[in-house]
Formats: sequence, C-alpha cells, structure tokens
Amino acid sequence: MGITVEGATKSFGDFQALNDVSIDVPNGSLTALLGPSGSGKSTLLRAIAGLETLDGGRVLIDDEDVSKKPTQKREVGFVFQHYAAFKHMTVFENVAFGLKIRKWDKDKISGRVHELLGLVQLEGLADRYPSQLSGGQRQRMALARALAVEPQVLLLDEPFGALDAKVRKDLRTWLRRLHDEMHVTTIFVTHDQEEAMDVAGQLVVMNEGRVEQSGSADELYEQPATEFVMSFVGEVNRLGEQYVRPHDMTVALDRDDGAEEAMVQRIVALGFEIRVEFVLGDGTEVWAQLTRAELQKLELREGQIVYLRPGEIKSFNGDVPSSDGHGASTPHSPPDDDDAEVSAAV
Amino acid sequence: MEAHSATASAPRAGLRLPGVGAGLGRGTVVLYLSLIVLLPLAALTSQSFEEGFSTFWTQVTSPQAVRSLELTVMCSLIVVAINAVFGTIIAWLLVRDEFPGKSVVNAVIDLPFALPTIVASLTLLALYGNDSPVGIDISSTRIAVVVALLFVTLPFVVRAVQPLLIEMDREMEEAAASLGAGGFTVFRRIIFPNLLPGLAAGVALAFARALGEFGSVLLFAGGLPQTMVSSVFIRQQIESGNDIGAAAVSVVLLVAALLMLAVITWVQRWGSRHERSSGGGLTVMPMSGENFTKVEDDDEGH
Amino acid sequence: MRATSSARSRWGLRTLGLGYLTVLLLAPLVMIFYKTFEHGLAPPIDAITSPDGLHALKLSLLMVAIAVPLNTVFGVGCALLLVRHKWKGNAVIDAIINLPFAISPVVIGLSLFLLYGTQGWLGPSLSEAGIKVLFSVPGMVLASVFVSLPFVVRETVPVLQEIGTEQEQAASTLGANAWQTFWRVTLPAIRWGVAYGVVLTTARVLGEFGAVSIVSGQISGETETLPLFVEKQFANFNTAGAFGASVVLALLALTTLLAMNVLKRKEDA
Repeated sequence: MGITVEGATKSFGDFQALNDVSIDVPNGSLTALLGPSGSGKSTLLRAIAGLETLDGGRVLIDDEDVSKKPTQKREVGFVFQHYAAFKHMTVFENVAFGLKIRKWDKDKISGRVHELLGLVQLEGLADRYPSQLSGGQRQRMALARALAVEPQVLLLDEPFGALDAKVRKDLRTWLRRLHDEMHVTTIFVTHDQEEAMDVAGQLVVMNEGRVEQSGSADELYEQPATEFVMSFVGEVNRLGEQYVRPHDMTVALDRDDGAEEAMVQRIVALGFEIRVEFVLGDGTEVWAQLTRAELQKLELREGQIVYLRPGEIKSFNGDVPSSDGHGASTPHSPPDDDDAEVSAAV
Repeated sequence: MEAHSATASAPRAGLRLPGVGAGLGRGTVVLYLSLIVLLPLAALTSQSFEEGFSTFWTQVTSPQAVRSLELTVMCSLIVVAINAVFGTIIAWLLVRDEFPGKSVVNAVIDLPFALPTIVASLTLLALYGNDSPVGIDISSTRIAVVVALLFVTLPFVVRAVQPLLIEMDREMEEAAASLGAGGFTVFRRIIFPNLLPGLAAGVALAFARALGEFGSVLLFAGGLPQTMVSSVFIRQQIESGNDIGAAAVSVVLLVAALLMLAVITWVQRWGSRHERSSGGGLTVMPMSGENFTKVEDDDEGH
Repeated sequence: MRATSSARSRWGLRTLGLGYLTVLLLAPLVMIFYKTFEHGLAPPIDAITSPDGLHALKLSLLMVAIAVPLNTVFGVGCALLLVRHKWKGNAVIDAIINLPFAISPVVIGLSLFLLYGTQGWLGPSLSEAGIKVLFSVPGMVLASVFVSLPFVVRETVPVLQEIGTEQEQAASTLGANAWQTFWRVTLPAIRWGVAYGVVLTTARVLGEFGAVSIVSGQISGETETLPLFVEKQFANFNTAGAFGASVVLALLALTTLLAMNVLKRKEDA
C-alpha cells in the first residue's frame, strides 16, 4: 500500500506547519521523516492518519483519496511518542482494543493478541497494567496494539523519543527486523538523523514546513541538495559560504600552499574516534574527525599550530561547488607526499 | 516533551463529536443553563424592578434592609480575615508538620462542605447556646453569626492554600535562609507572596459564601433585628408577602456574588501570569476558565 | 537557642490550628451524636420513623435520584465540550456554571419562587396546564438541580485536561468512533474525577436547605426533605426529632467525607 501526499498545506493560527508538501512512499518501504522540531514532520504524519485535517492538498493510501475519511476508517496503525497506553486496561486489553471494536470473537482475539505479544516479546506480561511496564515495554505494547488490526500502513511518531539511549538502540534494530518480516508500509518521524539513517531505507528531510530532499541515506549524505540537508544530515564545518565534512579535513604539521593555518584548541577522545577542535586565523572554529592511530602519528597537542586542508567542499551559492577563496579550494585531498600528513577521510 | 504538550494540542484533536453533534451538545448546554440558572435569575431581577427603580431603591435603602446588609458585610469581612489566618496555619500544619491523626484532620476539614447547614446550625446551638455543656452562650448574638460563618467557610482557605504549599519549591526557602533570612522573614518575603494568589482566591470564595449563607445562621443566630443577616431578612420578607423587598435585597446579593466571581477570575489570571498557581486543587471550585481558552500552536509537541 | 524557639513556635502553631479545629469542627460533630443519644435510642428512632420523618427521608432520596443523574450527564457532557471543543462562548458557559457556588441559596429559592409563582413569567401558564411547580416536588427538584449544578463539571474539567487526547487519538486510529472512544477510553480514564463530582453533588442535594425551604412551602409529610424536617422539628420544640434527623444527615456527611477521601486517593494513583 503506497502512500502519496500531494500539495499538503496546514497552518495553526499564524504558524505554517505544512507548506505545499508532496511525498511518495512506495509500497512496503520503511521511510523516515527527518527534521528539526517545528519542521512539520509530525503534522504530516498525523495528516496521513487523519488526526489533523489538511487546509489543502490530498492524502492517498493505495491510490485511494482518503482526505475526507475519518481516522477510524483509514486503517492505519499509529504509534505515539508517549505510547498513549490505555492506562485503565491491561496489556492484553490494550492490544485487543482494535479487535474488540471490529467485533472479533473472543477466541480469535485471544489467539491474535498472544501471537502479537509473542512478536513484541511481552508474552508473560499480558495481565500487567501499563504503569507496571518500563518505557520500552510500553512502546512495544503500543506497537503490538497498532499491528493487531493488520493496518495497511504503520505510522510511528517519534516512537523512541521518550526512551533512554540504550533501549532506543535496541528498539531501532528490532523495528528494522520487524519491518523485514512484515513488509507493511511504514513511516516514522524522528529528529535524530542517526536513527533515521540506521533504520530507514528512504529518508524525507523536512524543514520549516517544506520537504528539503528525499532519497536514500547515501544520496542525502553524498549529494545534499540544500545547505540545510548538508548541515542536518551528518556533521559539517562551515567555512564562509562553504561546507566540509569533519572527516574530509586533512591535518598537516608543515606549512603547505593549499592549507590554512589553525591552532589546536581541544582534543576530545570519543573511543575510536578523536575529535580535534581548531580555531582559524579569522576566529572561525572548525573540527576534524581523526582516528586514534592518526592522532598518535601526528602527536597533536593543544595550542599547537597546524595546517588544515579541507577535502571535498560543497557550496550552495550556485549550482557548482565554488573553487575560489582562501586557497583551501582543492576539491580532493592532495597526494600523500608528506608522511606527517594524514587524510582523515574514513 | 513536557507533559503539557498533550493538553496544548487538546483543542485540535482527541475525542471530537462530529460537527453537528458538537452544535447539538452546545445547544443543549446553553438551553439547560438558561432554563435552570439564567431564567430564574432574570425573573428575580425583573420582579425587583417591577414597580420602577424608585421602589427598588426604597426597598434596598429601608432601615432594616440596610441594617441586614451592613451586618452581613461586616460579619463576612471579620470571618474571612480570621479564616485567612487560621486557614493558612491549618494548611501549613497539614503540609509541613507531622502529628498523629493528621490524615483524619485532613479529612475532617471538608466536613462543612458535607454537613447540611441546618444541622450545623442546630449543633452549634446545642454546643454554644443557652443549654451549653461548656457554659458558653452566644446564641442570638452577632458572635453567633460570626461563628456560624466561620464554620461554613473554614475549608475554602485551607483547600486553596494547601496545594500551593505542597507544590512550593522548598529550595526557595533554603536559598533565602542561606542568604541570612530568619524564619519570619522567610515567611513574609518568600512563602507568603507565593501563597497570595491562592489565599486571595480562597478568601474571595469564602466571602461570597459568607454573604449568602442562610441555613447555618438561621437557628443559631436567629432572626432578631440585631442578628438578621440579609438571607434571613429575605426569607422574612417573603413570608410577610413583600416580594419586591425580598427581590430587591436579593439583587444586591446577586450583584455582590457576580462581583466576587469576577474577582476570583481576575485573581487567578493574575496568579497564573506570575507563574504562581492559584490552587488548582480547590475541591469545591477549581476554576478553569483560562485553561481552555489558551491555545498553543506547538507543532511537534515538544 | 534557635532549635528551641522553632520547636516552641511549632507547638504554638499546632495548638492554635488544632485548637481552632476542635472548637469549630470536632466539638459540634461530637455534640450531634451526644445530643441525639442523650436520652437513649428511642426518641431519635421514633422521630425518624414517624410518618413525616420517613416521608422526608424518601423525598430527600428522590431529590438525589433526580438531580444527581441530571447534573452528572450534563456535567460530563459540558466538561467535554469545554475542554475538547474550542468555542467563543466557552468562557461565558464557564462563568454561568460557577454562579450557583456564589449565589445565596435563599436568592436561588426566591428566583424560582418568582419565576413559577402566580405573578411569574411561567407560573400562570403552567398552572393552567395543570402543572404545579411551587410547593411541590418539581420546584424542589429545580432548586436542587440549580444549587448542585457546578460540581461534576468542575471536577471533570481538570481530569479531562490531565488525561490529554493521545489515548483518544490512539482509539480512533484503532477504529473506534466517537461514541466507542467515549465509553471505552475517555469515561474509564476520568471515572474517579466524575465519581468525586457525583459525591459532592449528592452531599449538596441532601443537605440543601435555603433554596428548597422557599420553593417547597415546607408542608409536613408532603414537601419536606430531611433538612426541612430538622428545622420543623426544632421549631416545634421536638429537639429529639431534630437531632434524630440530624444524625442521619451527619452520618451521610461522614460517608461523603470517607468517599471523598477514597476517591481522591484513586484519582491521584
């Protein structure tokens, strides 16, 4: 069941949440709506579910225009950030809710609920109340509840947003596997680009009520269409009008024509990865991502003067990446002619 | 991320009646309120002016009417002043102190809400009347009016102040103490200003209640000229067939009640503007006006 | 030094606060029971089982049976509209709902008296139609409904706001329509708040004196509720009867207090 949104607009008072948004989600895909707070991603998801009414535009599920259909007839599974657990019902009753509404008979309900509780690994907890579950368990219950009615599409609104980092990682992996098994068309909203890239096959990046770019994680990272995508998807240094990834920064100890003088400000070891922060002559602060081995080779100290050569540069002023200014313009790393110079590209 | 996000989006989503249903519901509510509340009050007001404004004025300014109104206002003022002090002390004991039987005391505070006023009047008379087992006879005096009103209005201040004390950030007091403030200074400069909106709302409610109180005063203070509060005066006028006189004084009480409601609304707006809650836990009247007129357009809910 | 002075002020506050409560609340409460059973069980039981006493009790229960369901249905519906449906008129509705809290019961009684009286706007046409409002049950019901109107709304609005809308949205994504969502999700979630409002409404209806006394005409054995019976017995110098009925009302009040406490705890849980 593919999902298509055409020219969606929606405002709340003066605030334009969606401004002519169109997306196309292929059948069976796992798509992430990625964007900062206020970008309109949740509103878009809620509009697909019918929880918001669009001011303009259409929503099509499986080529059928559902814009006028109330939520309860759209057959979407929806998972809320704060679980929206029915607090007065047990886990079993929560998962059975949609089936009871559909007037399934008791035995069938029981079978289906236990099947789903197995799927989300909550078999032993059927008689508990939501207040007796951990956050991760509640979210799995919410997912089972949404899946129980065999929805045409599954929509998840920041599903892991309220969970702590470790649980979040586990659930991500688990969601991906679940999708591989079930193949239900899934859209999930997140503001965490790492999460989006980890879980989804296709990403839609949103900002200020518009779609900035959609594509695979690789496409967004390698060929960002806009400044916003460049800076939102992956880490980036800004040098005037130009952008360069921290792992595309080459650090040299000797003066070099194409390189810029910089002072090492701070070295932060984050396990395997080392983050080295520099300040340039004009006060701009940039950082480079090095490996532990590279750092040891360079023997950098804080306060040391070094020479930085940005690797691949992107500029969104014109259509072509600019190649002037600062002398730091070489589009590719220079050949390894100096053994104290290491490319940080991984 | 905050808990309020769900309520902030409340007007937009959630359980919604279909358009026609909401209109029908609204119509029913308006009709019910009009029939039950507004129509009788309109009839009262219209009757009081039936023979013109001058008759209304003559009735309101008659010596007995003025005397009863004066007595009512004076006693109500004394009562709210006393209960403001004792109500705050009791709320303080219930929140910050530990003593055996505290939960019973906490429950008993609501007794005046639950006990019929006529029963209160009867027992106060038995206890502090001419048959008093403790040898105190204040029945049929102005003190009896005050005591009866103290009884019925006691819970208002306690229940308005209590939730504020529970919520109050004790670090504020500790900070003040660390800056050298003594116990009384901490109360006067830190605690009291934070309790003020709740206290004011509780006092206003108590005052409104005291102005109109009838049952508890009736048997205990009686209907002597010097103890006749306005509500007793109104009934006496009805019984003697002076409907217009009764209606005229009633309109005065009605206007006073409306005024007190306006004061309470204003106090609560003021309290919420200063980020000082004005006692959402008021058992009898958690006013909620501003809660659903406020709309936040927060797209993502965090 | 400091510790002793703060301990002393603590004891001072305790004495003041608890002393005040004893004189004002506890002593009268004990007094009701003492006075009632002062001369044994027989006088109060005789009074309350007299035909007029029993009739008063029945009439009080009838008031509860009519006014409480009416105001409960109205209260929950009205709270839903106020919280879930934004409308310009909400602030006005909210203000009107608070009126019965602030208006004197005697004024309420007089208003009904004048509206349905022989000179009133509705009185003449209703009496032509053979409907008697004043000095009979309908007028007393109207008075009871008026005075107890705000409680369910006021207790339901905050719990509705607190539960938010996510559970209701979840129900609609699972296929529930508005009616199903209300019965299966919303109402169970707000039930303790509503129940608390119902308890307060019941207590108010049972205890209402001023408004009912004016519209009822206080005809013994006909239009007398328990509180009116108390006054009548007292006026007739039948103290035992007055206290007998008072004890029934006081026990109901204590039950109310107990219910309020249990419900508050459930609501907070």
